[in-house]
Amino acid sequence: MPKDGIGASIKRREDPRFLTGRGRYTDDINLNGQAHVHFLRADVAHAVLNGIDTSAAAAMPGVLRIFTAADFSGVGGLPCGWQVTDRHGQPMQEPKHPIMAEGKIRHVGEILAAVVAESVEQARDAAEAIEVDYDELPAVIDMKAACAEGAVKVHDDLTSNLCYDWGFVEENKAAVDEAFASAAHVTTLELVNNRLVANPMEPRVAIGDYALHDDSSTLYTTSQNPHVIRLLMGAFVLGIPEHKLRVVAPDVGGGFGTKIFHYAEEAFCTFAAKQLRRPVKWTSTRSEAFISDAHGRDHVTKIELALDSEHNFIALRTDTYANMGAYLSTFAPSVPTWLHGTLMAGNYRTPLIYVNVKAVFTNTVPVDAYRGAGRPEATFQLERVVDKAARELALDPAELRRQNFIRKDQFPYATPVAVEYDTGDYEATLDKALAMSDYAGFDARRQESEARGKLRGIGLSHYIEACGIAPSNLVGQLGARAGLYESATVRVNATGGIVVMTGSHSHGQGHETSFPQVIAEMIGIAPDQVEIVHGDTANTPMGMGTYGSRSIAVGGSAMVRATEKIIAKAKKIAAHLMEAAEADIELKDGAFTVAGTDKSVAWGDVTLAAYVPHNYPLDEIEPGLEETAFYDPANFTYPSGCYICEVEVDPDTGRVEVQSFTAADDFGNVINPMIVAGQVHGGVGQGIGQALLENCVYDGDGQLLSASYMDYAMPRARDLPMIAVDHSCCTPCTHNPLGVKGCGEAGAIGSPPALVNAVVDALHRAGKEVSHIDMPLSPARVWAAMNG
Amino acid sequence: MYNFDFVRPATVDEALAALADEDAQPLSGGQTLIPTMKQRLNAPSALVSLLGIEALKGVKTSDGTIEIGAATTHADVAAQATGYPALAALAGGIGDPAVRNRGTIGGSLANNDPAACYPAAVLASGATVVTSGREIAADDFFDGMFTTALEQGEIITAVKFPVPQAAAYMKFEQPASRFALCGVFVAKYAEGVRVAVTGASEDGVFRWSEAEAALSATFSASALEGLSLSAEGMMTDLHGTAEYRAHLVKVLTGRAVASAS
Repeated sequence: MPKDGIGASIKRREDPRFLTGRGRYTDDINLNGQAHVHFLRADVAHAVLNGIDTSAAAAMPGVLRIFTAADFSGVGGLPCGWQVTDRHGQPMQEPKHPIMAEGKIRHVGEILAAVVAESVEQARDAAEAIEVDYDELPAVIDMKAACAEGAVKVHDDLTSNLCYDWGFVEENKAAVDEAFASAAHVTTLELVNNRLVANPMEPRVAIGDYALHDDSSTLYTTSQNPHVIRLLMGAFVLGIPEHKLRVVAPDVGGGFGTKIFHYAEEAFCTFAAKQLRRPVKWTSTRSEAFISDAHGRDHVTKIELALDSEHNFIALRTDTYANMGAYLSTFAPSVPTWLHGTLMAGNYRTPLIYVNVKAVFTNTVPVDAYRGAGRPEATFQLERVVDKAARELALDPAELRRQNFIRKDQFPYATPVAVEYDTGDYEATLDKALAMSDYAGFDARRQESEARGKLRGIGLSHYIEACGIAPSNLVGQLGARAGLYESATVRVNATGGIVVMTGSHSHGQGHETSFPQVIAEMIGIAPDQVEIVHGDTANTPMGMGTYGSRSIAVGGSAMVRATEKIIAKAKKIAAHLMEAAEADIELKDGAFTVAGTDKSVAWGDVTLAAYVPHNYPLDEIEPGLEETAFYDPANFTYPSGCYICEVEVDPDTGRVEVQSFTAADDFGNVINPMIVAGQVHGGVGQGIGQALLENCVYDGDGQLLSASYMDYAMPRARDLPMIAVDHSCCTPCTHNPLGVKGCGEAGAIGSPPALVNAVVDALHRAGKEVSHIDMPLSPARVWAAMNG
Repeated sequence: MYNFDFVRPATVDEALAALADEDAQPLSGGQTLIPTMKQRLNAPSALVSLLGIEALKGVKTSDGTIEIGAATTHADVAAQATGYPALAALAGGIGDPAVRNRGTIGGSLANNDPAACYPAAVLASGATVVTSGREIAADDFFDGMFTTALEQGEIITAVKFPVPQAAAYMKFEQPASRFALCGVFVAKYAEGVRVAVTGASEDGVFRWSEAEAALSATFSASALEGLSLSAEGMMTDLHGTAEYRAHLVKVLTGRAVASAS
């Protein structure tokens, strides 16, 4: 194995450009003749929109044109990419999602008008001169109130604010209820999974451009999946055929889910550029991001766990309200259903599970996938209720989990919530984390904290992930309006260097470093002979982009398949060059040899022959060395792991300090351990952010109270401890060629319950009867719980 | 941001002349004013920068008093007010390095944000706020949230702090902004102990007189036992209730006394 192939922690080749300001982000792109748009956004949450008078504004200096909803009469709404069927077999209620408010305002931040001007400041000045005539309506903010009889409706043309009432698995409901009736012990927990704002470091940007000479449009955008945007915007919104539409997502400064979706601003800039025959650029301010980027989480759940007298889990029942916001964002309906309900078995053998989810429209910003997307919500409630059960039954929470784990000899394991885990060894990650965190030595540390007047607690969680949503034919049956394969074109140049054009998209994941390691390993050349191209629909094959920790598991697999085709063809060429049988050709360390002989040709000799085919089997194969593969996985991958968090609580102020954090993950095979560790660090940082700090809060009128960093608390370096990571517990995925599972979201999935469990543990050890505190565990909330 | 004129006078008199226009506003470090202008919440006709006036900068120590020029940055106070360690520590804990290298003591006091740190130090120290026209005792300077005794066209030129025998500032940070969710400055003088609280009250910085009396009798955290502060008039927001803030005042006062030096 080359020292820089699979398994090597080589440094990220993209970092020098990011760290020295040489990245090329969307906002770095400025086109000749570019105009700027400022969006006038609603400052009330719910109103009847009577009219918009733009006449005074249109006469302001620099204004090119002002657009309102009337300009989009021939244009489609923003499409939703997943249709959920409810427990009665009916499709979800799916309201129109216009580019600009039509007739009604439905959330603060909704676009009312767009001013295109020579400069941003001129556009903003003019926007202040627009007169909006509206009659405010009562806002619907609380989900349960929104579902009450007679509630004000967000969408007048729907029957209610209920998007869908989903039951899973509906056929199990009666058996689950029966198991609860006969249970020796039932643990019940009501909790909130707090609403979050993703806050990538780079805000969203869109630039539309139109080429008159060939009637084609280009959109530069901060996207995790440019091909998906091209399909959604071209086919469903603007009616531009894909061969006349190019979408480019260059360097992207963090996505975390919120840059998956197709947004109104993208469609607007593309549309307006054609209308005005000038490029139109929009750069979101941070203030706009808070009220226009799709939010995350926002579930309210009651979960019940039934145990028999031997402490075996016998049934699980959940009742969740999931906030959709005012409109359905691209993948919103899938998050609380297929990405959440299917994970409710966790790592356990619980034989009977019933999940109910009511998705609700409210007068808030749309909610969609955020790092983990449904799986953190599932893990949080499950790992909290298991912990509560252990406390109620006076059991060690680690041992109650161990007793109920799916055992390693039971894989593949079909859960009662419709998925089949291919591999896993949950006791291995549990034992690894217990050892790494010195679980056994906790009491001595607790006493030391106590001597300093602090309450110390320890909490653990054991999560299951499902990455690389697949296969396409299954997700199609579940309501996905997209395929979920990935693509790669491997182009070998004449002198042996390789360009991989991948449908995956890197916005922090380090693909430019880790993907070449795989090819280096397969061929035996140095990784710097391989270049990764991504993010431009003009030069990459149709791919689905990056989210759901799918890049290496799905995109990497496509790249492997294409490379296998390359190697197969190269072997034919090598066989010809060495006048040997193809079956005898071996490729090792960048050279082809004939088994049992000393004959050898170098990789570069073969690639040159492919493009200078003087001595070449032209009657058997075509010249050139370029192959494309589309990979559609047979199943999800199922990473899992154990996270242990230790905290100190200041009993006088309620302030929580994270003392240590341990992550023992099973990601299957790992390509670049350093990058994987970084992904875990980042995920844990975001999870600690959710558990301790971040909270998106609306008042009853639908005003966003946490609308800036003055009130929305982002985690900072000093809020985080050193994070101990390990990925030595490895059960390779059985159904993809690399045996990889994906690692991008695990940290954000497993960490919140570990932290909350630790704080509740600290309070219990101090004699406080606190069974739960809702996130974020701010000092004020912890103090109130202690003194409640 | 709307258009505005910008002037950078070299003397206080020139600054006062430029501020004669009632829509003009003095600009010091701009850590509050500039963000509000960027959000179009403030639209002065002109900004009169005070940072070109050398006489407003610097830390002078003499005879038990530290005098700090109004345009001295937090970073400079942190580095130079060595004769008043609690004050230097307070300045070194404001915001982040970017804020501390732009923000000034005069700007902070004139703004009188109810969660700012400096008002607690000024009030607890019984400091004197020197302006372009007069000297104002700390007890007369602060007049509720974002309100002071300053008159239109009057600017702060310096603040004179009598150096206490012992003092400490304890700040409990609001998790998002890192302003004071509650901050308590305790200063012990021969004449008695002064305790000033920021971040907690709806009326801005205030003195906790019961604690001052108890600590003047016995300068020990135990002297606070039995005291409690009413939650009435305390702020409630996303980050803490009035009750929580009232509780924090006592906790932080005790901690300040325990660490006073």
